[in-house]
Amino acid sequence: MTIDKGSNASPAGAATDPAAITSPIGFRLDPASGVPTYLQLVHQVEQALRVGHLKEGDRLPTVKEAVESLAINPNTVLKAYRELEHRGLAVGKPGQGTFIAGTLPRVGLAEQAALRKSLLEWLRVADDAGLDSEGIAALFAASLRDFLDGRDEERARRGKDRRATRRQSRASRVSGEVA
Amino acid sequence: MNVIECRGLAKRYRRAWALRDCGLVIPEGHVVALVGPNGAGKTTLLNLAAGLFRPTAGDITVLGGQQPGSGAARVGIGFVSQDAPLYGHLRAGDMLALAGNLNITWSHERALARLADLRVPVDRKVRALSGGQRAQLALTIALAKRPRLLILDEPLARLDPLARHEFMASLMAEVAEEGLSVVFSSHVVAELERIADYLIVLNEGRLQLAGVVEDLLAVHRVLTGPENENALDAQRIAVVHTRKAGAQTHLLVRNSAPGAPAPEGWQSDPASLEDLVLGYLRDPDARMLPGPAMAASAGGPAVTP
Repeated sequence: MTIDKGSNASPAGAATDPAAITSPIGFRLDPASGVPTYLQLVHQVEQALRVGHLKEGDRLPTVKEAVESLAINPNTVLKAYRELEHRGLAVGKPGQGTFIAGTLPRVGLAEQAALRKSLLEWLRVADDAGLDSEGIAALFAASLRDFLDGRDEERARRGKDRRATRRQSRASRVSGEVA
Repeated sequence: MNVIECRGLAKRYRRAWALRDCGLVIPEGHVVALVGPNGAGKTTLLNLAAGLFRPTAGDITVLGGQQPGSGAARVGIGFVSQDAPLYGHLRAGDMLALAGNLNITWSHERALARLADLRVPVDRKVRALSGGQRAQLALTIALAKRPRLLILDEPLARLDPLARHEFMASLMAEVAEEGLSVVFSSHVVAELERIADYLIVLNEGRLQLAGVVEDLLAVHRVLTGPENENALDAQRIAVVHTRKAGAQTHLLVRNSAPGAPAPEGWQSDPASLEDLVLGYLRDPDARMLPGPAMAASAGGPAVTP
């Protein structure tokens, strides 16, 4: 790929030579999570985008770099990158690597801290009510699923209205310029 | 190209059959884990592929129809046997030079660069190297001929967890760069899931399971439910293995229709690679092998419970 082994016969000169651009992030794995390995990689890239560790144009680790640090099958990394491309977040450039090509809504650190605080308050209430950690996790997962389902339906319903509003406002803007 | 293809392959040592009726088609580009208990026939199968043994019956070809042990097969295959035979009294660098003289294709610079990357001291005697360094030296020798297929017999058996990780990380990096196929045997199941994308389960000299890991996982589920599993018979669910624990029964089952809902009263969870391997090994009569028509058969893999 991009790493030039050259004619480095002397062991001294063959020390690890990082590629010209290194990626801002490195991957890690949680074998106990039960989440498929490729999805763990996808989630980590998304999370890095959310908190600002990655931005548009940044290079993701090469397949070789990822494989070398995690000791995983290269196809797993390729699958993760394909998934990121499919989600519109990354684009592969032949011979150069995979680069971030999209953004996710970023949540500021202060906002995250506030959200965390309100979540902790809720956790305290749940704990007082006698829920154990599995119960809390199950309740949260179920609520999140319901919420997302409901939100998606709502959006689908509102989508038509919103498009209509946008058309209208564009029309009025154009007419304003003319006047 | 298929890296290994065998039909009716069998091997007998004196009176004992080490391998019987083995039919396999392994396409190139995979990292293949060959799993089974001690004495299952793993080493026999690998030695047959490397051309060190001749089959008692049936036939085997490698690298798209080559005869194992033929000139083309020897150039294209890197093989590291179980005991990673190296000369202990030679310095690592001399061991490399010796191996270079014994091989037709050989990239000495590449091998030296690899050892330097891995910080294996070339001026030290082989017997003074750590287990992990010796394993890396043997792997480096096998890779220096730039094989299309690398066969490793129990490469991880005697390595500590850190050396195992480093060994596999460097091997996976080679796979990423060179696109070579790897077949390795192991009886450590836990670490395979990250590495192997093709699984072969061998037990008592017979194949039990062979296929792309993703496909195998997609057609198996773990069901947890009431003590009495007879209710499932009516629904014609193929049970691979049953494990009872008090009031609960855990079943490893094959789904005829992936995505079908769990039977009533049962909780259905995805199977892990470990569930698969252990489930099949505990029930040596269970089998799921690709039929002779392989991908052509729309009905999926042939099932012989």
